[in-house]
Amino acid sequence: MPFVLRLILRNAFRHRLRTTLTMTGIVVAIVAFGLLRTIVDAWYAGVEASASTRLITRNAISLVFSMPLNYEQKLRQVPGVASVAGANWFGGVYITESNFFPQFAIQGANFLDMYPEFRISAEERKAYLVDRQGAIAGRKLADKYGWKIGDQIPIRGTIFPGTWTFTLRAIYDGADAKTDETQFFFHWTFLNETVKARFPRRGDQVGWYVIEIRDPTQAAEISQRIDATFKNSLAETLTETEKAFQLGFVAMTEAILVAIQAVSFVIVLIIMAVMANTMAMTARERYAEYATMKAIGFGNAFVAGLIFAESVGIALAGGAVGIALTFPVANAFGGALATLFPVFFVSEETMLMQVCAATLVGVVAALIPAWRAAHVKIVDGLRAVA
Amino acid sequence: MNDGTDSAPLVAIRGLGKHYVRGDQIIPVLVDINLDVREGDFVALMGPSGSGKSTLLNLVAGIDKPSAGRILVAGVDIAQLTDSELAAWRAAHVGFIFQFYNLMPVLTAFENVELPLQLTSLARRDRRERVENALSLVGLSDRMDHYPNELSGGQQQRVAIARALIADPTIIVADEPTGDLDRVTAEEILDLLQGLNRELGKTIVMVTHDPKAAGRARRMIHLEKGVLVD
Repeated sequence: MPFVLRLILRNAFRHRLRTTLTMTGIVVAIVAFGLLRTIVDAWYAGVEASASTRLITRNAISLVFSMPLNYEQKLRQVPGVASVAGANWFGGVYITESNFFPQFAIQGANFLDMYPEFRISAEERKAYLVDRQGAIAGRKLADKYGWKIGDQIPIRGTIFPGTWTFTLRAIYDGADAKTDETQFFFHWTFLNETVKARFPRRGDQVGWYVIEIRDPTQAAEISQRIDATFKNSLAETLTETEKAFQLGFVAMTEAILVAIQAVSFVIVLIIMAVMANTMAMTARERYAEYATMKAIGFGNAFVAGLIFAESVGIALAGGAVGIALTFPVANAFGGALATLFPVFFVSEETMLMQVCAATLVGVVAALIPAWRAAHVKIVDGLRAVA
Repeated sequence: MNDGTDSAPLVAIRGLGKHYVRGDQIIPVLVDINLDVREGDFVALMGPSGSGKSTLLNLVAGIDKPSAGRILVAGVDIAQLTDSELAAWRAAHVGFIFQFYNLMPVLTAFENVELPLQLTSLARRDRRERVENALSLVGLSDRMDHYPNELSGGQQQRVAIARALIADPTIIVADEPTGDLDRVTAEEILDLLQGLNRELGKTIVMVTHDPKAAGRARRMIHLEKGVLVD
């Protein structure tokens, strides 16, 4: 092992308890930082999963208000529109209120074609499309409740009263880790026909339309054309990209997100202060040694480098353990809050941020001690031994 | 002050002054020092506390800078060198022996002695050979893998002497090398220094309070209130 590395390692573990406690602090901070960043990512999962080729058209007043079914034909005629599919939020309860999962009534094969990230076998897709009461569930959702193909799933309607029984015909897998596998889909026609039979005035209404466009760069123009089409109608529309639509939901809880992000950075700041104190103490204890090295002929940069390397080394070692521990902690956390965060995984970006945070902690903590050690006069440093 | 011989001195100090500024006050530490040290000399700097002897030693060793005057060591005016030039100069020309040994506690005796050689381009095998010879010279061949806290004070000072010797410096500076040792051990260390001077021809400048230690030197120089008195 090269001399410099040997010196740095031995210095780092000179006070084992101090180094261990400092590293433990960094581990906890990096895990907490990673977990909070993962929560923020989970919040944005819908935004991240959105496609640039999809627009959402909804009632301009609010998403709560629906739009007439006959808009579909007009939407298809707007230049640039490739495909249209309507959907409704169902908002039912499976057994008890605590079993929350999103349920959507969707229009036919069009909707599924527009969401290639929901991967369904051809056989199951066909089985779903031919069954009026058929339903599709995400893999995580099916696993959670132990559903199998062919199972009857009773859901008590809250917006649409009554007990609705669906037959599970397909289970989709997400194309990647960002795909939400906790959603539940069934036929919009089944919902519409039933509603029309029970509450005739509520029939033929669509919550929102998903619109596939041919050219993503034309999204703004197409959105304007769509909204212009329904200008001065009883249900004016607001069309935006799927990403903007999802961001609208995130914006409702933005204050919480800002708070979480702030806390994640405060944690890094706190550990930075703790680490800086440790390194300052360490360097102060070794002034005589640094002065001796400088007297022997080692330069200021070498002495400063020793402190930087030790500080960054400790921070990165703690950071590595912290990153490794983030995965089981995030898994446990995500499992416990699967209803709230259907997509919960530690992203590569989060890991990179954790590495950067650990490095930053090490570098910042060493700045002042390294500067002092490098600039202390040899004669003053040598006096520190007496 | 010179030693009365005509050959060019290894260390030539001319009009050397050093003062500290504290607020509005200027505190003189050394005043108009003129001193020659010949190659192979063993000089003891003596004087009461605060007389400026350690300051003079630090200036000769290039770890402090004078306020006035010149210090020529082997023809180089070290007062004119920049910090980085001084560091390189010290690495090549000065061996240090401190009162409290100043060994790196995380390095073994071998590694402590090897430390100055890390600044050279010597191959690992050559370094090892040199370190083993140096430790053998100070009688610590059997303590090479011991850490400083596993050695007695005298043994630590021997390691420090080996470290001072290892790069074959032009001059060895020793600041109270026996100040932290008992009488018997101090005598052993002084024997060693005297041997280095007499047998290997090493030039040594030593600061000491102890007249017995100073008696081992070839020459004694007294300082009082920053002025050479004899």
